Amino acid sequence: MGIKSYCFKKSLWLYHFAGASCNNCDIEVLDCLTPRYDVERFGMLLIGSVRHADVLLVAGSINKKCKSRLLEVYHQAPKPLVVVAIGACGITGGVFAEGNTFAGPVDKIIPVDVYIPGCPPKPEAILAGIVNFLNKS
Amino acid sequence: MAGHIFYFLIFPGLLFAGVGGGLLSWFDRKITARVQFRVGPPLLQPFYDFVKLMAKETIIPSNAAKTVFLLAPILAVAGACLSSVFILLPGFGISSGFRGDLVVVFYLLMVPSLAYIIGALASGNPIANLGASREMKLIIGYELSLLLVLAAIILKAGNTISLNEIIAVQQQQGAFIGSISGMLLFIVSMMCVQAKLAFVPFDIADAETEIAGGIFLEFSGFTLAMVKLAKYIMLLVLPSFVVVILLGGFRFEGIHILWSVLKLLGVVLLITLVRNTNPRLTIGQSMRFFFIWMNLFAIIAIVLAYFGY
Repeated sequence: MGIKSYCFKKSLWLYHFAGASCNNCDIEVLDCLTPRYDVERFGMLLIGSVRHADVLLVAGSINKKCKSRLLEVYHQAPKPLVVVAIGACGITGGVFAEGNTFAGPVDKIIPVDVYIPGCPPKPEAILAGIVNFLNKS
Repeated sequence: MAGHIFYFLIFPGLLFAGVGGGLLSWFDRKITARVQFRVGPPLLQPFYDFVKLMAKETIIPSNAAKTVFLLAPILAVAGACLSSVFILLPGFGISSGFRGDLVVVFYLLMVPSLAYIIGALASGNPIANLGASREMKLIIGYELSLLLVLAAIILKAGNTISLNEIIAVQQQQGAFIGSISGMLLFIVSMMCVQAKLAFVPFDIADAETEIAGGIFLEFSGFTLAMVKLAKYIMLLVLPSFVVVILLGGFRFEGIHILWSVLKLLGVVLLITLVRNTNPRLTIGQSMRFFFIWMNLFAIIAIVLAYFGY
């Protein structure tokens, strides 16, 4: 394993994209930053600008309005970029899958590396998903 | 000539200040985490961040001024390295043979902030421009207070502007912070350092929650790595500057090595605690804070220093 990929794994900066979600997944992502879970132990930080991002967290279903925005954010991020789809709505569409504004699950729009199911997934599940991905790659 | 390049690139300059500042940046993040009852990042975290950013893709926005946008972060690093050379050489007792140190240092300390402003304006992003205009207003606020502090220091040191002589005076007569005017000057200079480092009460220019990174918004990859390096260096340089002008400088003999390190860590700890216990001010509040209160404190300190207190 080269020093580049080692440092990449040790310092993931998260950018948080909330689609048309019910905000439960967003709250669970924020829970990961609290003293109880503390992702800064692993060098992860929540950052405000997508230009600094290493991980794109996509939560919630994607409808026709936010599809173009998600594509734009994805193209604005510097590569290499890990895309994580959080929650049932991001992965399959969930209860919104048959709605007439629904624009397809996240992996039909951009390539997804990690799927974290749950409605909403617990903070432990989010951490476990990312750690599993890092150990595998 | 080779000696000067060595000073700039290796010992008090780029390499030493980068590594030392990186360790201080870890100290700052770890203390922040402990204040919030968290565990905090591992020791090498600043270096992981730096290497990762160097390896990432650098994006140049389509409507940016390309050359200026790429060169501004390098200008910031160069300015930070030069100020670290001019502050740490006298601080470590190495005579640089240059007399007008204090005035040069005052200008050099402003270079990184100016470089961030230039880079943000060159990026062509409206939110980055907003951050740049906020940073300009902040500079207008704190520079006068810092200048008054330096005036009081020159007065207390007996009308000398050489950092070597200022340290020598303090090592003979005791550090300046031991007097009433010295304490006032310490408060004012700590607030100026807080604003120069853009830490929380004054992180108006890169407020992540309202303008998404502000002046640093468009930087990515290599340029962001240079910005981080400049910030690491400034985190070493500015507390060292406070130690040199007010706390008696560094000494490297016997037990004094321990005191020197503790002085530096103490100043960084104070900065971190102020950062963690205060909310962000608005730009108007912070300018009022510097224009009225800090300038008032500094002028009182100058008057006290004139009468020998």
